[in-house]
Amino acid sequence: MIEVRWYARAGQGAWTASNLLATAAVIDGKYVQSFPAFGPERSGAPMFAFTRVSTEPILIHSMIYEPDVVVVLDPTLIPSRDTTTGLKNGGVLVLNYSGRVEKLYEVLGINRGLYKVYVAPATELAMELLKRPITSTAMLGALVKATNIVSIDAVVKALKERFPGPLAERNIELVKRAFEKTMEVYM
Amino acid sequence: MKKEPRGWRELPIGAVTYKLSLEYKTGGWRTLKPIIDLSKCTRCMLCWLFCPEMAIVWSGRDVLVNYDYCKGCGICAYECPVKAIDMVPEYS
Amino acid sequence: MLKPRVPLEEQKVMPVNGDEAVAYAVKQCLVDVVAAYPITPQTIIVEKFSEFVANGEVKTQYVPVESEHSAMSACIGAAAAGARTFTSTSAQGLALMWENLYIASGLRLPIVMAVVNRALSAPINIHCDHSDAYGMRDSGWIQLFVENSQEAYDTTIQAFKIAEHPEVQLPVAVNLDGFFLSHTLENVYMLPDEEVHRFLGGYRKLVKTYVDYLNREVEYKLDPANPLSIGSLDLYDYYFEHKMPQVEAMKKASDVVRRVNEEWYELTGRSYGDGVIDSYAVEDADAVVIVLGSSAGTMKYVASLMRQKGFKVGVVRLRMFRPFPFSEVRELLKGVKVVGVMDRGLSFGSYGPLYLEVNTAFYYSKERPLLVNYIYGLGGRDLSPAMAEEVFMDLIEVAKISEVREHLKFIGVRS
Repeated sequence: MIEVRWYARAGQGAWTASNLLATAAVIDGKYVQSFPAFGPERSGAPMFAFTRVSTEPILIHSMIYEPDVVVVLDPTLIPSRDTTTGLKNGGVLVLNYSGRVEKLYEVLGINRGLYKVYVAPATELAMELLKRPITSTAMLGALVKATNIVSIDAVVKALKERFPGPLAERNIELVKRAFEKTMEVYM
Repeated sequence: MKKEPRGWRELPIGAVTYKLSLEYKTGGWRTLKPIIDLSKCTRCMLCWLFCPEMAIVWSGRDVLVNYDYCKGCGICAYECPVKAIDMVPEYS
Repeated sequence: MLKPRVPLEEQKVMPVNGDEAVAYAVKQCLVDVVAAYPITPQTIIVEKFSEFVANGEVKTQYVPVESEHSAMSACIGAAAAGARTFTSTSAQGLALMWENLYIASGLRLPIVMAVVNRALSAPINIHCDHSDAYGMRDSGWIQLFVENSQEAYDTTIQAFKIAEHPEVQLPVAVNLDGFFLSHTLENVYMLPDEEVHRFLGGYRKLVKTYVDYLNREVEYKLDPANPLSIGSLDLYDYYFEHKMPQVEAMKKASDVVRRVNEEWYELTGRSYGDGVIDSYAVEDADAVVIVLGSSAGTMKYVASLMRQKGFKVGVVRLRMFRPFPFSEVRELLKGVKVVGVMDRGLSFGSYGPLYLEVNTAFYYSKERPLLVNYIYGLGGRDLSPAMAEEVFMDLIEVAKISEVREHLKFIGVRS
């Protein structure tokens, strides 16, 4: 079972991204769970969403405390302690980040080699293709590049189910561009 | 008719009362009784409209009171625009 | 294993959350009337279903009401007129329905209601606990609790069959945990419409009853052609007699819930324990927990990890809380040393309602387990795997010393 924690500001689409990942995994024949942790629902407040993907039916119904993967949708959240809390050693960190990679570990405040770290310029790509800083689908593309949890084909199908025609096309383009632009940070 | 009082196994389902509500005659509650003066009555039917017990009856020619159910509230007398209804003591 | 009539390949798998699963189920159940008022976390059910109505995907009459009190009133009227009827609510909404809950059961109306469990105010909270469901436990409704979104779909369909069974004729509440299920997307296998129609035997069938003043047997419904007085005044002369058939119907409900679970298994290949109790690794267990709803999944998961470490622990999930399966609980847990009863809600000044029932179940048996009541998860506090383990370890300690030092414990609250 792979457990993913999405970290974002309310309104950036973390729950949607989590649902899209889960839907894609169902298309790939996996068992899933996807759910938000709702606080007081106000736009801009930090929030979590969670995805579980497994080859077996999933029994557990608690939140995710020790994720295998953390995805951060908003660059301003990266320095927060909540970014890496509980992330398993050797886990994957997928960040919306377009700053200098030399500075990244300083910003994160973690030791090198603890996690596999991937970055994608999701805000820039979202502004270019959607004209809005909604980074959910871009970061879904980045996650697929970083982990192979689901196939890119399944993500495309999930997007077509979720969005009407032209919006689906723009988001598919965004996922593919983000997939290409996602880089592992070696240091 | 089976005899009363019934045991619970002999009742219909779902709080259906064993008697029709028409069998509960409420006329006995009255202390004042409406008497309609048919010579004054214009057949406007406002009393029929206002009666909360549906105890005012139109016979086809006259306005009558069904004393089996009239509780003597006096709303008909109060509402009558030509004061054709008097409330008189039930026992006098 | 028996091959189900509709094999899994012929069922459509949909990634939906618990609320959506309920809405899709209701859509397939040939429901005549839905009257509901939206409230978090039930809202998605109402949104989704009114979308089906607006799109013409169902022929159901949807009644948008101004409160939950009116929702239940409208359902009572519709069901009394012979309609298959559904509603749904949470927390304060359920509390506002309260007086009408007793009327629905007293009139023996087979209404189905999804209760998306949420904590009661004050302070206001939108998240899951079972205080709303516990509040209606004496109202004469059958109460079922589900563990996941698939079961929410399955149980909603089953609920109509249970409620409308000629020997039952009682309203059924299907409880699903707010957010933990209502907003959790999972794989849900759905049947073709016509299979659901067949399972339910088409539209609602009415029962017949003999009425003296009509001098014949008539269908039990409000009908100008055969006028009935239902629910009118009954004093100390007949009220008590009118309550007894409700007692009797509740007794019969357990068997019907079990049979419907078996029929569902033959149809879909899915069943939930015996329909009443679903147990996990109880046979050789030294310590067992009893729990309702989605937490059962977390407890089973943690129990499986602890078994790998050599701890003999098990989980009992009650799928049915009303009528309460006293003898089944007693039989299943015969010989178990300690039982932890987990309540997501409590009766202030007493214990958790589930704990009280489990005590009653064991009072007359010679081999009584030691019982401990754990109150957990109020207002949506997550039952983490760590808390689940804490409960099991505590029970193992009780087993070791063979003594319960504290009967009422609170799990996961800051002191």
